[in-house]
Amino acid sequence: MLPMLKYELVEKNHWVTEDEILDYYAVGQCTPGIIAVNVATFVGFKRKGVLGGIFSTLGMVSPSLIIVSILAMFLNQFMSNEYVAHAVGGIKIVVCALMLNTVVTMAKKTVKSLPAGIACILAFVLAMFSPVPTVLIVVAAGVAGIILYKLGRFKA
Amino acid sequence: MNNVYLQLFIEFFQIGLFAIGGGPATIPFLMDLPNRHDWYEVSDVANMLAVSESTPGPIGINMATYAGYNAAGFLGGIVATFSLVLPSLIVIMIVAKILDRFNKNMYVKSSFGMIRPAVTGLIATAVWGIFRTALFMTAEGKWQFPVLLVLMSLGFYGLMNIKKLKKLHPAVWILCGAIVGIVFKL
Repeated sequence: MLPMLKYELVEKNHWVTEDEILDYYAVGQCTPGIIAVNVATFVGFKRKGVLGGIFSTLGMVSPSLIIVSILAMFLNQFMSNEYVAHAVGGIKIVVCALMLNTVVTMAKKTVKSLPAGIACILAFVLAMFSPVPTVLIVVAAGVAGIILYKLGRFKA
Repeated sequence: MNNVYLQLFIEFFQIGLFAIGGGPATIPFLMDLPNRHDWYEVSDVANMLAVSESTPGPIGINMATYAGYNAAGFLGGIVATFSLVLPSLIVIMIVAKILDRFNKNMYVKSSFGMIRPAVTGLIATAVWGIFRTALFMTAEGKWQFPVLLVLMSLGFYGLMNIKKLKKLHPAVWILCGAIVGIVFKL
């Protein structure tokens, strides 16, 4: 997504500089939500205030909204077709592989210190074997980060 | 609280607020939703991911649209998607005003430094859930170990990590999966 954002926003429209977009991207990763959407909101807001932010966000989500809705409609209808059912059987195998790939890539990017490794394993174990809500695990990790920083044990 | 749109709003607003680290971070939350609502089954998540990965746009948004559509039709998709982006819309506009301070703040940095690996752990749990429903559970809820399917899945994973194939769009892999599925009658 980043190369596309760079091309459209920096080279084609000159709305932001390359440094700015990298800054936005960094902030987009540290704020809740989808990174690409966050960058869009950021650029829109910087250019045209609140309305700009809202419109660029709407622009970013509209194609998905339309395309996915249409696909969902068809998929639910054609699920009973024999060929579609076989295709879905094969697709599931690929989805598993894609997801495995996502986790491995994310682990390589995010687990770079011992405390980070412990956070990753603890979150996995808690989510897997305890009824602790997902939201609570996220909040607890954030609090742990601040406490460890205060204790001088953790440098992000 | 019986209104499905209100429930969609509450659930997806929460996901938008706590799914930190981009699109894949929404998956653990989406795996958790069927425990509370009958909008879709856990076993549907694999299909949802396939649709989301092979359509343009960020997967998190695609997932929300698809989940919302399954729950309450076209309008449900719209409500879920807007609820998902609303928290970040608000947060970004606040942060945009204090960008430099926010970016370099040690508390922000250290908390996110721990949240990101934790989210990776959460996603790992969700991925296990997808493996379980897509491969290791029969439609009747019994355990199975389909050696061939598992090997095929690992084979695809291996292919994805070949240097020349790394840049391929997920949709290409999904298309390959569909063909393999039809040819081998999976």
